[in-house]
Amino acid sequence: MTAFEYAPAPESRSVVEIKSSYGLFIGGEFVEPTDGAMFKSINPATEEVLAEVAEAGPADVDRAVRAARTAYEKVWGPMPGRERAKYLFRIARIIQERSRELAVLESLDNGKPIRESRDVDLPLVAAHFFYYAGWADKLAYAGFGPPGRPGAEPRPLGVAGQVIPWNFPLLMLAWKIAPALATGNTVVLKPAETTPLSALVFAEICQQADLPPGVVNIVTGAGATGRALVEHGDVDKVAFTGSTEVGRQIARSVAGTRKKLTLELGGKAANIVFDDAPIDQAVEGIVNGIFFNQGHVCCAGSRLLVQESVYEPVLEALKRRMTRLRVGDPLDKNTDIGAINSASQLERIRTLSAIGAQEGAEPWSPPCQLPDRGFWFAPTIFTGVSQAHRIAREEIFGPVLSVLTFRTPAEAVEKANNTPYGLSAGIWTDKGSRILWMADRLRAGVVWANTFNKFDPTSPFGGYKESGYGREGGRHGLEAYLDV
Amino acid sequence: MSTPSGAGDPGQTADRSTPLARTTPSGHSDLAELGRSEAALRAFLHGLPAVDQVGAEQRAAMLGTRSIKTTAKAWALDLAIRMVDLTTLEGADTPGKVRALCNKALRPDPADPTCPAVAAVCVYPAMVGVAAEVLAEAGRGVTGSGGVHVASVATAFPSGQAPLDVKIADTRAAIAAGADEIDMVINRGAFLAGRYLEVYDEIVAVKQACLETDPGRPAHLKVILETGELVTYDNVRRASWLAMLAGADFIKTSTGKVPVAATPPVTLVMLEAVRDFRAATGRQVGVKPAGGIRTAKDAIKYLVMVNETVGEDWLHPDWFRFGASSLLNDLLMQRTKLRTGVYSGPDYFSLD
Repeated sequence: MTAFEYAPAPESRSVVEIKSSYGLFIGGEFVEPTDGAMFKSINPATEEVLAEVAEAGPADVDRAVRAARTAYEKVWGPMPGRERAKYLFRIARIIQERSRELAVLESLDNGKPIRESRDVDLPLVAAHFFYYAGWADKLAYAGFGPPGRPGAEPRPLGVAGQVIPWNFPLLMLAWKIAPALATGNTVVLKPAETTPLSALVFAEICQQADLPPGVVNIVTGAGATGRALVEHGDVDKVAFTGSTEVGRQIARSVAGTRKKLTLELGGKAANIVFDDAPIDQAVEGIVNGIFFNQGHVCCAGSRLLVQESVYEPVLEALKRRMTRLRVGDPLDKNTDIGAINSASQLERIRTLSAIGAQEGAEPWSPPCQLPDRGFWFAPTIFTGVSQAHRIAREEIFGPVLSVLTFRTPAEAVEKANNTPYGLSAGIWTDKGSRILWMADRLRAGVVWANTFNKFDPTSPFGGYKESGYGREGGRHGLEAYLDV
Repeated sequence: MSTPSGAGDPGQTADRSTPLARTTPSGHSDLAELGRSEAALRAFLHGLPAVDQVGAEQRAAMLGTRSIKTTAKAWALDLAIRMVDLTTLEGADTPGKVRALCNKALRPDPADPTCPAVAAVCVYPAMVGVAAEVLAEAGRGVTGSGGVHVASVATAFPSGQAPLDVKIADTRAAIAAGADEIDMVINRGAFLAGRYLEVYDEIVAVKQACLETDPGRPAHLKVILETGELVTYDNVRRASWLAMLAGADFIKTSTGKVPVAATPPVTLVMLEAVRDFRAATGRQVGVKPAGGIRTAKDAIKYLVMVNETVGEDWLHPDWFRFGASSLLNDLLMQRTKLRTGVYSGPDYFSLD
């Protein structure tokens, strides 16, 4: 018990109305699944059932793809960009208006703290729609038009099949749907089976915005639904964000077809702290890099590389800072770390942590009281980790940081790049020239300098190597949805 | 491995060890030596870890999103009242104004005897005698525990642009008149010109004046950095360390006489400095943001920052103060609201 004990400050649940059951969103309306199968979405912080959701089978997916095809050919494809933009601006504004409701829903279904869903996820979701709404009537100037015909509009691809993960349910939806719609494609999107609810409320927003039926279709379900969508013969474009393992399966299944593919997969990012770094801010960046969203972030800074000469003060400051982290009720406005998204993810985090300890790395967690119900994992750092340890190589996707050291900038680059992944990296130094020198050599899609986990719709995001291919966000993000 | 042309030698590791690395027990004696050499002092101050502006502001903003409700709010409001240095620093100050302020300091809310007194009143040296008299009469003498302290600005406040002997005389006069806390200003001109030793020596001299007072009761020295004139957070961190090395008991943000006064990120950087200074030397130094803090909500944000940056050791009027005037009434109004459930309005609180 500390002197200044913050009283509970829970965000109200009453701002969101969750229906007891949701159908599939196909052709502009909610429909029952063909075979009637349903599954439950639970609150990972309490294990309470939030709603029943339809599980789409192959027939349902086919129906959704056909609705998308019709909308593409009859309405959305021929529609001028400036008209499409109006719908996207409208959706963006409705998201802003309903952001409190959506933030609470996201925290309930995902387990992330309300501070993050309110201050990070929802503002970025709206920003993404606003940003791509702005592109819709300017595609001729994006640099992806037919060669030799300046000023000619590039063509969309057609129907996009999109499969998104559970870590940022609504934000990943925005990353997928906003550029697809801006460029004139129609979409069938499958949200993750543990976090389908915000996508279903997004479907209601599409209705509220009078979006023409079939432009956006949402099919809920697990891996089989995703496979049916990805393998559907009338899908022109597949976009997937998720694990490298599933990404490989998808790449195999679309190989030899006409489908275009973008994959945003796992990561094992290095967060590199030099001895001249702004230490206090670097510690904030380390914490934000690995404990943001319980570490359920593909670009999380899960490998901390500290220059040996400042190893001890950095570790001491990091531990001191970690004792201030508030783990608990995601809806409490003062919570820093919420619940692990699912029992199976918790199991994976526990397994890999146990392996880390077995392999000789030393775990440390601040004292913290975890709730009895729900899925929880205390923020953890492992010291004494070497490149050979599994916790230094495999993506844990949880609040677990592996701490390594280096002696010279060249060694930092070598260690940072010594991973099959290449999604992101962080550099902490007060020396501008070193930032540029490092960024040139790091094989990672995003390199943050003196910050971490910063996102903006204008900035492209994507991976090297086994972190996937294709870029989302910015002008570059248009390319994935255009016939170039 | 090639290095980019004209970019120094970024591929090479900097060979200086950071002060954080040096803040081990073995570093104690080194710190005492710093005041003897301009070069050593400069090397030390410029070797402090940098402050990233964006990161510091982001951290301060994040701490500002904490939601302090019900019991926590009640506790924080009372603590904030006890931390106020109730201040009047106007050319128009008169004995009457200062007496009224002292009475307000003793009984901020006459309607509620459970309301605590503030930490101190803060006045110009010419008004110290009046303040000391009123507060002593109240039976809560300046030396008594829990009494309201008499703080005086000194050293040619607010600019600090006077000869050193005038500054020392200013300080001695304030103490002789009954001040037990001295809020001095640093010589920003010398600091910005890079004459750190001059700034250091002045603080040491004023500290000496605080220690050698007649009744043998040393005055508490608060050193005002005037962060609005130092501008960068790196300067704020250096000035904080400089003041602490020279003997400051408190470091204070501002005079309230320049456009930019206390801000959350500046206070954050200063809190980090006192935290690291204690880790290095074992000596705890207080922090006083002053100027521009007008609402209870803002005050609570500062307390959250103290709590999450330096911890509960600083959550006490001996270690954290607010230099403010209008803040007190908002704290009282919020306190009454929390107790009664209704807002009473500004007319129910005295304007002193």
